[in-house]
Amino acid sequence: MSHQTLSTILFLLFVAGTLGITFWASRNTKDATDFYAGGRSFSGVQNGLAIGGDYMSAASFLGIAGIIALSGYDGFLYSIGFLVAWLVALLLVAELMRNSGKFTMADVLAFRMSPRPVRTAAGVSTITVSIFYLLAQMVGAGALVGLLLGVTSPAGKALTIVGVGVLMIVYVVVGGMKGTTWVQIVKAVLLMSGATLVTLLVLGHYGFNLSGLLGDAATQSGKGDAFLNAGLKYGTEAQGIAGKIDLISLGLALVLGTAGLPHILIRFYTVPTAREARKSVLWGIGIIGVFYLLTLVLGFGAAALVGGDAIVAQDKAGNTAAPMLAEAVGKAIFGDVGGTILLAVIAAVAFATILAVVAGLTLASSSSFAHDLYAHVFKRGNVTDKEEVLVARISAFVIGAVAIGLGILAQGQNVAFLVALAFAVAASGNLPAILYSLFWKRFNTAGAVSAIYGGLVSALVLVVFSPVVSGSATALFPDANFAWFPLSNPGIVSIPLGFLAGFVGARLSKEYSAGKYAEIEVRSLTGIGAEQATSHQPVGGVQRQPGTDPELEPSTD
Amino acid sequence: MTARQHDSSVYEEIQAGEQFQELKRRFRAWAFPMTAAFLGWYLLYVVLSGWARDFMGTKVLGNINVALIFGLLQFVSTFGIAWAYSRFAEKKLDPLADEIRHQAEGKTE
Repeated sequence: MSHQTLSTILFLLFVAGTLGITFWASRNTKDATDFYAGGRSFSGVQNGLAIGGDYMSAASFLGIAGIIALSGYDGFLYSIGFLVAWLVALLLVAELMRNSGKFTMADVLAFRMSPRPVRTAAGVSTITVSIFYLLAQMVGAGALVGLLLGVTSPAGKALTIVGVGVLMIVYVVVGGMKGTTWVQIVKAVLLMSGATLVTLLVLGHYGFNLSGLLGDAATQSGKGDAFLNAGLKYGTEAQGIAGKIDLISLGLALVLGTAGLPHILIRFYTVPTAREARKSVLWGIGIIGVFYLLTLVLGFGAAALVGGDAIVAQDKAGNTAAPMLAEAVGKAIFGDVGGTILLAVIAAVAFATILAVVAGLTLASSSSFAHDLYAHVFKRGNVTDKEEVLVARISAFVIGAVAIGLGILAQGQNVAFLVALAFAVAASGNLPAILYSLFWKRFNTAGAVSAIYGGLVSALVLVVFSPVVSGSATALFPDANFAWFPLSNPGIVSIPLGFLAGFVGARLSKEYSAGKYAEIEVRSLTGIGAEQATSHQPVGGVQRQPGTDPELEPSTD
Repeated sequence: MTARQHDSSVYEEIQAGEQFQELKRRFRAWAFPMTAAFLGWYLLYVVLSGWARDFMGTKVLGNINVALIFGLLQFVSTFGIAWAYSRFAEKKLDPLADEIRHQAEGKTE
C-alpha cells in the first residue's frame, strides 16, 4: 500500500471519529451558551488540550519544523515568541475575561462602554483577524495535500480546499463550541503523540546525544556553526539594521498578539470558573511548550537526516520537512514499510491539524458576527437565544464559503505573511483595548474604538506598503513596487500606535462612569456575577460537587 | 449580563472596601512587575539574537551554544513563571476573592 492510500485512510478515520463526536455533541447543544461556549462545562485539562489544538496550527507544526530544517536556529527563535506570549494571557487576560465576559471578546470591551460602536469595532477586528488566519491555513491545506497525497492539478487542490471547508462548516454549524472543542482535543492528542514518536525515534537514532544531532544538522546544512545561531532567515547580516529591527518587530507581534486572538480568547469561556480558565492556560502552556521543544528536534532532525536540498526540492518553504523526516527515520529504523507508515501517520496528523484550526477560526468569527454585530448592533439586543444561534450557524456557513472561495483564488500565492499579520493586528488593536478595559479607570468608548481601529488600520496599511506585498521577489505582487515601509512586520510601529490611539481617544472624550468601572473591576477580580455553566449534563466535563466549589453555586443575580 | 440589574453602587461599595483594595493590590503588585520582567527578558533574548551573534554562538558543551541555552532558558522561565503564578493565585488571591464574593452574595440576597 502506498503512503498516500494509508494517509487517506487514517485521515478519513479522523474525520469519521470527529464527525461522530460532533453529532453527539450537537444533541447537547441547546442554547446560546452551549453553541458559543460549550455550556461552559469543559474541565481545565480538557480546555488546556483544546487551547493547544487551537493554537498549534499547521503553520507552527509544519512551518516551524520547516524553518528550522532550512534556516536552523531562527525557527526556534520564532517558536519561543509563540510560547512566551501565553504568559500575557495567563497573568493579565484569561481569568479576568472569564469573570467579566460572556461569549466574545467584545463582551468585555462593551461592559462599561456604549455597546454599539465598541461591538462594531470588535466584530470588524475579530472577523478580519480570523479571515486572515483562516485564509493562510486554507491555502496551506491546498499546498500540503499536493505534496503529501500527490494531488498536483489545480482542480484537485481546489477540491481539497472545498473538502476542508465543508468539513469545518459541518463541525461548527452542527457541533458549535462543544463539537469544535472535542475536535481540538482529539487533534492535540494526535499531534502530540505523532510529534513525540518521531522525536523519540530521531533522538534514539542519535543515542540521545543532542550535541551529536546538532553537529550533524550543521554539517549537513552546509552552513556550519551559523546554522546553530540566529541570523540565517530573520535579520540576516545582508539585510542590515532594518532586518534586525524587523526581527524585534516580529517578536513583539508574536509575544503580544496571542492574548488578542479572538479564537483563543473565546476558549476561556468554555470552562465553569476563572480558576478552571487559569488551569486550562497552565495546561496549554505545558502542552505548547513541550510541542515546540519537540519541533526543535524535528527541525534539526530533518536537516540532519533528510537534508536541505531534498526538502527544498519538494517544497521551497520547507513545509514538508516533518513528514519527510518521519519517512526517513522510519526507514532507517524499521525499513521501507516503517518509513511508509510513519509518513502516512504524520501526513494524516497534519491534515487533522489544519482542519481543527480552521474550525476554531470559523467559530470565532461567526460567534462575533452573530453575537456582536447581529444581536447587539443590528438588533440592539432584541433577539432571542434561538434566533442568535441560528444566525451564528448561518454566518459560519457564509464565512466558510467565503474562506473556500478566497482559498481557491489565492492558491499558489505566497500568503504565509497573513499569520504574522493576524498576530500584529491582534497585538495592535485588540490587546490595548482589552488591557485598558480591564485595568484603566479612565478608559471609555472613544478609547476602545480608537485603539481597535487605530491598531487594525495601522497594521494593515503598513503591511500593504511593505516588502511582503510589493517590491521584492517573494512579495504577493512581485512585479509591482509601491513599498515604502521597510519592515515585513508592522508590530514595532503599529503596537505602540494602537496603545497610543487608545490613550488619546480616551483622554479626548469626557465619558466616564465610576460605577461601571467599579463593576468590571470587582467582577473581574472576584468572580461576582460571573456567567455560570449551564445546568444540564456536562459533556464528559467537570465533576461538580455542590457545595465544594463556591463559584458553582447558583448565582444570586 | 446578569449583573446589570445590580445597582452599581453595590459594586462601588465592594470596590471601596479594604479587602477588595488588598486583593487588587496583591494581584497588581505580582502580575504587573512580572509582566514587565518576562517581556524584558524575552526582548533581551531577541535583541541579543540580532546584535550579539558572536556571543550567542559561543559553544558551551559540544555543539550546544549560548543561543540554544538562552532559548531553552526562555522555556524554563515561562514554565517557572506559570507555575509560580498558579501557586501565588491559589494562596494569596483565591481565598480573598472567595471571601469578598461570599459576603457580597449575602448582601444582595
